[in-house]
Amino acid sequence: MARNDGKENKTAKTEQKTSKPMSTSFNIKKIRKDFPNLTTTVRGRPLVYLDNAATTFKPNSVIETLETYYKNECSNVHRGVHFLSEQATKDFEAARQKVRDFINAKKTEEIIFTKGTTNSINLVAQSYGRTFLKAGDEIIISHMEHHSNIVPWQMLCEEKGCVLKVIPINDQGELMMPEFEKFLNPKTKFVALVYISNSLGTINPVKKMIAAAHRLKVPVLIDGAQAVNHLKVDVQELDCDFLAFSGHKLFGPTGVGVLYGKAKYLNAMPPMEGGGDMIASVTFEKTTYNILPYKFEAGTPSIAGVIGLGAAIDYVQAVGLENIFTYEQELLAYGTKLLSKISDLQLIGTAREKAAILAFILPDIHPHDLGTLVDREGVAIRTGHHCTMPVMQRFNVPATARASLAFYNTKEEIDVLAAAILKAKDVFA
Amino acid sequence: MTLTNQDELYQELILEHNKKPRNFKKLENPTHFAEGYNPLCGDHLTVALKVNDKNIIEDIAFEGSGCAISKASASLMTVNLKGKTVSEAETLFNQFHRLIIGELKSDSETNILGKLAIFSGIWHYPARVKCASLSWHTMNGALHKVKTVSTEK
Ligand SMILES: Cc1ncc(COP(=O)(O)O)c(C=O)c1O
Repeated sequence: MARNDGKENKTAKTEQKTSKPMSTSFNIKKIRKDFPNLTTTVRGRPLVYLDNAATTFKPNSVIETLETYYKNECSNVHRGVHFLSEQATKDFEAARQKVRDFINAKKTEEIIFTKGTTNSINLVAQSYGRTFLKAGDEIIISHMEHHSNIVPWQMLCEEKGCVLKVIPINDQGELMMPEFEKFLNPKTKFVALVYISNSLGTINPVKKMIAAAHRLKVPVLIDGAQAVNHLKVDVQELDCDFLAFSGHKLFGPTGVGVLYGKAKYLNAMPPMEGGGDMIASVTFEKTTYNILPYKFEAGTPSIAGVIGLGAAIDYVQAVGLENIFTYEQELLAYGTKLLSKISDLQLIGTAREKAAILAFILPDIHPHDLGTLVDREGVAIRTGHHCTMPVMQRFNVPATARASLAFYNTKEEIDVLAAAILKAKDVFA
Repeated sequence: MTLTNQDELYQELILEHNKKPRNFKKLENPTHFAEGYNPLCGDHLTVALKVNDKNIIEDIAFEGSGCAISKASASLMTVNLKGKTVSEAETLFNQFHRLIIGELKSDSETNILGKLAIFSGIWHYPARVKCASLSWHTMNGALHKVKTVSTEK
């Protein structure tokens, strides 16, 4: 596999913290016991859950946190003087602190709770984009973005007359860096990039790309939906201006996510929604907005979700992202080798820097048939376009099958997947 | 859930029609034509018919790409509809639709569907029902002069 730029490779490596020997705290048997959903059986067979890029299972500690909130602490936040409301507010704000520590943000008020990655990106596109971008301005994204990092920018372009520039990808599924450098010019006013591709697994050299954009004072948003669960993301080290991610892909609840933004940008941006919590005072003549982060958190938030996300972060921190990265890279190497042995199987996404995501096609079996057939063996994989239709167009396939791993998966489970694929091939032989 | 043989999705007949789809070709000068999409999986097919002045389907063909279920279903549909009247086709469409959503179970009813009854187990796979129905919806759209049919409407 030829790389088009050796330097780029080195940057990506340093960004992901090169592998360290696994600490003894990483005990896969113990970890699996923490996730009750892993004991599910499918038609009498043990479930092999390899659809973690869609959503992840939740450890007991997260489930118990949700239960405790609903059983013993149920009340609203930021608006009561009574005991329960104060308790919930304390836990809610403690979760914000956990998120701050998790991504190493400079300030707690730079952490905005949202509904998820999609909501976070839309907030930036609408609040920042509508305020600071104008006709003729250029927005750079990449060919491997999730639809949630394409459509909000297209909507903005349509409304404002901005121009979308799309960084192409090579046959391995890596961004073509020289093209990116060529796109950067004084008309460039925003860059939005996925850190880890959900359909290819590619880990993009975002630190280097952020630095390049900053030379022209262009802010950069990073879609971290698939990154925060696979590797350590440090917003100060990356120097990204915005980071979006979802709780449910980080072993936390659905319906909650995070937008990190540098205070200088968030302070300058108008609120996106009006309502309770986001105001300082309201009269019919004039309303003044609340300070950060509340300015962007109108209405009652997903309180249980936020507190549950805090518990998920505690769990991930205890296992350690460096341990997770090392272990998952082992799984990835094992899975890549095993699947490559299957005749005719073609991996889609063979970047040098990859997370534990294995997308593939078989020439004679449509991915949906494969998905149904491996499901009968208890294996859950995703088939389809994975909300990245342009990636399918780039590789000229209607869909792919995708096994996406988490740190609770095992080599034995990859064996079950490989056997299930072989069985499906027999059916179609 | 245990699946009986009858509920087995990938039976010989389906696999065979997937491999060698019948009437998988371009039809010159069709009287009716429509395109069908399943945006969830990217499947795309076209159905073309030649209906004569006695309202009989003289010829029918399909083209496109899709999974084994959608291809076999389209293939079996074309075999079934050739020579039928438009109103017979509509009756079959309704019966087939009820079959694949699991509403049609008595043997006497499935009889009129003949080989199409092979899809009777598909309601066990809710995510795959649309694969089996795409070609039928597209055919029905063509007969009613709807140019584009989507499973997501
Ligand atoms: C890379 C990437 N970005 C964004 C999203 C959207 O996340 P959500 O649906 O949680 O808003 C996903 C989810 O699949 C994703 O994988």
